[in-house]
Amino acid sequence: MGRIGYFLLYACLAIVAVFQIFPIIWLVLFSLKDNREIFAESPFALPQEIRWENYLKVWESGIGVYFFNSVWITGIAVLLTLLVASMATFVITRMNWKLSKLVLGLFMVGLMIPIHSALIPLFDMFNTINLIDNPWSIVITYTAYNLPITMMILLGFYYTLPREIEEAAIIDGASLHRLFFRIILPMTTPVLSTTAIINMIYNWNEFVFVNTFISSDKYKTLTVGIQNFVGQYMTDWGAIGATLVISVLPILLAFLFFSNKVVEGISSSAVKG
Amino acid sequence: MNKVMSNKWFIALYIFPALFLVSVLIFIPLLLTGYYGLMEWDGIGAMEFLGLDNYIVAIQDANFWDSALHSFLLALFSTLSLIIYLAVSMILASKIKGSDVLRKIYLIPMLLSSVAIAQLWIKIYDPSNGVLNTILATFGVENPPLWLADTNIVLYSIFIPIIWQYAGFYILIYYAALKNIPESIIEAARIDGASPLQIAFRIKLPLIMSIVKVTIVLAIVGSLKYFDLIYVMTGGGPNGASEVMASYMYKLAFANNDFGYGSAIAFLMLIITLIVTYIVRKLTATKEEIQY
Repeated sequence: MGRIGYFLLYACLAIVAVFQIFPIIWLVLFSLKDNREIFAESPFALPQEIRWENYLKVWESGIGVYFFNSVWITGIAVLLTLLVASMATFVITRMNWKLSKLVLGLFMVGLMIPIHSALIPLFDMFNTINLIDNPWSIVITYTAYNLPITMMILLGFYYTLPREIEEAAIIDGASLHRLFFRIILPMTTPVLSTTAIINMIYNWNEFVFVNTFISSDKYKTLTVGIQNFVGQYMTDWGAIGATLVISVLPILLAFLFFSNKVVEGISSSAVKG
Repeated sequence: MNKVMSNKWFIALYIFPALFLVSVLIFIPLLLTGYYGLMEWDGIGAMEFLGLDNYIVAIQDANFWDSALHSFLLALFSTLSLIIYLAVSMILASKIKGSDVLRKIYLIPMLLSSVAIAQLWIKIYDPSNGVLNTILATFGVENPPLWLADTNIVLYSIFIPIIWQYAGFYILIYYAALKNIPESIIEAARIDGASPLQIAFRIKLPLIMSIVKVTIVLAIVGSLKYFDLIYVMTGGGPNGASEVMASYMYKLAFANNDFGYGSAIAFLMLIITLIVTYIVRKLTATKEEIQY
């Protein structure tokens, strides 16, 4: 390929890159401006002075509560999903029992289900057992709905573990619990970190369950919280921008830190399908 | 050894939490949705059995079929956009300079919540101060479109951020698949005199075809159940012009308190999704797996 070819190639890649990243840069820019700058100047202009007070303002007006809720709900749901999915995947891939194929099939069907088709009965069930407006309803729902995809990614990894490990552990007198928690689980750390980040992205950004099941401000997560917030600050674009930046920053940093792990994990397991 | 690995108590104990959660929170609710669809119910009071009335009304409901059409259009556009992602991934995976950085940039929108994306794009589409119309104004466009308020184009205005949001996800999957192709195969083709385009179409594409098929299923199924961005950006409006199946169901149940009819729509949505998934899987089924 000649010089012109490479030039065109990079031009195309650059256009896609600008399209992907420009909206976010613009978001950060307007989070640092005041309304006069936003409305009177070009949307491409740099802020005349950096207005951190937008961030201070939205943080003080209660976004901290939403932030904290997002952190603990995401964290606990991710840990629960990884534990429950690992136990199930271990039993399905390593233990001998007749129904294992059937049970696995059931989990994989779960991948194709539109969650909205289950929303009304879930709302009714949580209402009956007094779990409406209770963050634990969100935690268990996230865990259940993330199980199929998590197990799908774990499966490929579990199939490749050598049988000799189990034999050696059993001959040495280890119990099955010990084998799972002390030997197998630590061995799956690479794929666990992939599934952890995928789960994290999903839980942190989830909208419909929180919007439907949670009504009190004190239990809302960032995604739903910022939606109300935008309503209050309808005209203050700087404040809205700051709110949005606060809501995306943690996941952005986590991803940039772990992104190579995600690619590794996906190429080593899921997509071999 | 075999006896230890067939310990029934252990199997039951370890499979139970996952099976319990998935049954109680996914499968039983789906069955209940079908059952609630047979009822007249406002979500609070007593249910009254109607028989198939809700389903019969739903099948004749023009608004429902409009929303289904919009969902199918989204599925079509999402599937077509896979071509771009595939091309980008092929370029990225062919060891060009800066591909690591570019890949990370492409992935970023995938990390943002739908609410943040929706708010961001509402601002981009803002008729007076948004980025888009500012650009159009510099090119001398006098009456730029009212992107989210025009019933003729609102649907397409919303498709763009949805496609933007998922680009990274598909690029990631294709990139990972392409990286799995052994370098020796590509090298052999190159020595035989194959051009980069020939390598892409004759060697790489067939080798990752099974992944491409998986992504087609994912794009179609994902589109049919899409909800978040539309709910936040337009709520299905103006005048139902951007309504999709899930947003129509949500409106019926949680805004109009018509839980019986909403359930009937939700159940039809489930059936449509499952039928389409089945058809797409049949159409894309591979007779023999390529080994390398």
